[in-house]
Amino acid sequence: MTQMTFARAINAGLRKSLENDPKVVLLGEDIGALGGVFRVTDGLQKDFGKHRVVDTPLAESAIVGTAVGLAYRGYRPVVEIQFDGFIYPAFDQIVSQVAKLHYRTRGAVSMPITIRVPFGGGIGSPEHHSESPEAYFTHTSGLRVVTVANPQDAFTVIQQAISCNDPVLYFEPKRRYHDKGDVDDALDPATAVPMDQARVLTHGTDVTLVAYGPLVKTALDAAAAASDEGISIEVIDLRSLAPVDYDTVVASVRRTGRLVITHEAGQSGGLGAEVAASITERCFYHLEAAPVRVTGFDIPYPYSKLEMHHLPGLDRILDGVDRALGRPNSLSGLEG
Amino acid sequence: MSIDETGQGGTAAPNSARHPHGQGRDLVQLVTPSGERVSHPEFDYWVRDITDEQLCSLFEDMTVIRRIDVEATALQRQGELALWPPLLGQEAAQIGSGRALRLDDFVFSSYRENGVAYCRGVDLTDIVRVWRGNASSGWDPYAINMATPQIIIGAQTLHATGYAMGIQNDGADSVAVTYFGDGATSEGDVNEAMVFAASFQVPVVFFCTNNHWAISEPVRLQSHIQLADRAAGFGIPSLRVDGNDVLAVMAATRVALDRARRGGGPTFIEAVSYRMGPHTTADDPTRYRDANELEDWAAKDPISRIAALLERKGLLTDGLQQQVKDKADAVARGMRTGCTTMPDPEPLDVFKHVYSTPNSWLDRQQDHYARYLASFGDPAGAVSEEGAR
Repeated sequence: MTQMTFARAINAGLRKSLENDPKVVLLGEDIGALGGVFRVTDGLQKDFGKHRVVDTPLAESAIVGTAVGLAYRGYRPVVEIQFDGFIYPAFDQIVSQVAKLHYRTRGAVSMPITIRVPFGGGIGSPEHHSESPEAYFTHTSGLRVVTVANPQDAFTVIQQAISCNDPVLYFEPKRRYHDKGDVDDALDPATAVPMDQARVLTHGTDVTLVAYGPLVKTALDAAAAASDEGISIEVIDLRSLAPVDYDTVVASVRRTGRLVITHEAGQSGGLGAEVAASITERCFYHLEAAPVRVTGFDIPYPYSKLEMHHLPGLDRILDGVDRALGRPNSLSGLEG
Repeated sequence: MSIDETGQGGTAAPNSARHPHGQGRDLVQLVTPSGERVSHPEFDYWVRDITDEQLCSLFEDMTVIRRIDVEATALQRQGELALWPPLLGQEAAQIGSGRALRLDDFVFSSYRENGVAYCRGVDLTDIVRVWRGNASSGWDPYAINMATPQIIIGAQTLHATGYAMGIQNDGADSVAVTYFGDGATSEGDVNEAMVFAASFQVPVVFFCTNNHWAISEPVRLQSHIQLADRAAGFGIPSLRVDGNDVLAVMAATRVALDRARRGGGPTFIEAVSYRMGPHTTADDPTRYRDANELEDWAAKDPISRIAALLERKGLLTDGLQQQVKDKADAVARGMRTGCTTMPDPEPLDVFKHVYSTPNSWLDRQQDHYARYLASFGDPAGAVSEEGAR
């Protein structure tokens, strides 16, 4: 076990992948000498060379599009999109090419591409640097979408994503980059928990609280605070957003009878809607209350002085928990 | 916004701006429309090995792909294909370049390069598979080193550039060749591909077939300068050739391939040709283009031209013509049979190959749909418009 930051854990995972498979190449803006704007690729170009850790010109569609060509050639590209809000120029290549080529070619061509995306807010940055675009990609068939919430998973899941023969969007909660945690860097990703499985973090009996990425920590803090009030919350880290591991969520909700899901992304058409609908379909007769969503608002990501109003915090999550439990809450007395 | 027909616009224009897309003095031509072989100080060298026999086989290939194209258009009119993008008029551009490639080169094309696919040795049934709606691709890309044709305009140029980055990493001397049209040169992806190709000096050839029309939009709407001149802005050398002259196209392609194999990086080729037919069988060019223009280009027809060259050389015998016709007819018959006897896909094939590893979401949907289908005596009834209930 080694103590390391979230960012360092991803770096260590990337290093392992580069060591273990000569076909792994990294592409992105500023990932070489600088080590990326978040230093996630720190030192990798120095150790693996400019042909394996490639500083690219500033064109996101081209970064992903050339990764497609490299995959055609048998490579396993790992792409860094510098910030969530910069992924849109690459949207066509991701949705029309990366996601569909295996289907289009009737399985002849694999797209083992990993697209790393720092996402989410809470770091006081200007526009386009704090977005949560995951639902665009969970809605796109052919892609796998994962996020990680602790350094150990960051280390393991990045390696699992890279070795996966399907394309994977790997969302990194950027406000947690500097959080530290224990990492067992001898853990073999092939025998670790697969990346498409959710994880129950705290066992509880009253409410199932589903979170992912940056809000897992917030959810755990909320569960700790709630336990002081005698409320027992089961926190689930989804980890995989496409596909969602519904078996794990269903098993939990069948016990607790109540579901709260939280994410930073806006509410309408978001992943919370998908989880709420699917769980309602599968657990309707076990539910004691309607599923509750605690999410960002349906607004462009706001300027940083107001971002803490947009981001679900501990108290907003607990307010949602109160709604699920039928306890007095901010919406008490409102119809519908 | 109106198009400046003169091409002179309000900005300083290069010498050729008056007729930027015409046959300016820098257009490489080795065979005139009347079949005269004209010498060229630089390009003769690149086709010096072409024997009479090879000239005859170029004539054969061009004739065969025109025949394939006619047959596929007929299949569409007869309801056997949903759609077809004709290549009529672009035979020299496709055969001249396609025949210049090595087996280990890799092609990333648009949907119109069926003549290039023919050069790669494609099974002709695979060419029409997509257009019949039986699959989203025809052939296994690795079987003929040619990617599934791209429908998103220009997207494939980035794939070729990335593939070429891989060739460079591997230390190989093969080349990625990407085909696209005049309209594609306006797309961001094509411009980004040229930026990457130039920055990394990778072995890629940008083969732009300027057929003058992007559906209904004339090339002058895409560019006020010759398309080949755009390459200079990226630091990429370019060649502008008569795209209806199969020898000139072959020579230019060989120049570009040779440069790439020697580590000289990318080349941009503009092959000036003309889309004699509609954009696809769903298009109606009489709504937007002048019949005179079509006539002018018909006089520059690529097959008539090589036939005229063969005639001057005394090679266009009745025997050759009959042999070529028989080959073309046989190929077309084979394609028609392959098309009309192609088995329909199975209903549950719709779920196949979305992922290469099990996916709990999709596996559940497939399972539920299989149960749904099984609830009907005849699964075809389940999807008929009037329903089966």
